[in-house]
Amino acid sequence: MHLFLFLTFGAVCVGGAVNLLAQRHPINSALSLIAVMAALAGEYLLLGAEFVAAVQVIVYAGAIMVLFVFVIMLLNAGEEELTKGSRVATLLGVPGMLTGSVLTAWAVLRYSGTEAVAIGALPGPPKDLAQLLFHDFLLPFEVTSVLILIAIMGAVVLASKPERAEGEAK
Amino acid sequence: MVQSYVPLSYYLLLSGFLFACGVVGFLIKRNIITIFMSIELMLNGVNLSFVAFAAHWHALAGQVFVFFVMVVAAAEASVGLAIIIAVYRTRETLNVDQVNLLKL
Repeated sequence: MHLFLFLTFGAVCVGGAVNLLAQRHPINSALSLIAVMAALAGEYLLLGAEFVAAVQVIVYAGAIMVLFVFVIMLLNAGEEELTKGSRVATLLGVPGMLTGSVLTAWAVLRYSGTEAVAIGALPGPPKDLAQLLFHDFLLPFEVTSVLILIAIMGAVVLASKPERAEGEAK
Repeated sequence: MVQSYVPLSYYLLLSGFLFACGVVGFLIKRNIITIFMSIELMLNGVNLSFVAFAAHWHALAGQVFVFFVMVVAAAEASVGLAIIIAVYRTRETLNVDQVNLLKL
């Protein structure tokens, strides 16, 4: 049953990722990326990571992708036009990905054996995670709040009107 | 405990495939927003291997690192999209081939 669920979510992930590459319009790519993230949340649930699954849906599929879709609509992004550079990149990139994927798959299957992940065996309820996050990783956690603050200020400064930014600089 | 198992290597394969798709999208896409989404796809692939290894080694620290990666991704998305808006405002294009000068 868990293998079936893994394969289902994995198929959605793979299909969404390939669709992201195949689509020419950014909004279609964004929607398939949302599908990938939602399916990944399912994979996290299968691994027993409930908190990470919830955060994945709320932060990634929710907040970040809303920001993406908002910017796509704000800038009225149309279909991308193919250029000479992109044709060269396609010619080199797709065979490169295939080679890399086959090599990685070979290495992973060759050297990792078949030890299985015991589904639901991880002691990962949010309570234990909070103990770790607010005790052992307290300093990094506090530093990330400073990072977020700087990101907010940077986004406001960068996205504000240029003449206003110059006026603030004076 | 549930008596059902999925090998760790399957999760790593899926994670590697997502990462490879992100790399290819980064290379072949010409729209700056789609390139940015490919980066998010790469981060998601890495997150999956973090969680899979956390489950495999019974080490919750892996999930904490996923949390930090998400925080950094959120900060990166906000700043990056603001930069994209600034670029679009000065150049009127989202095609990275036409954005080749630091200063106009």
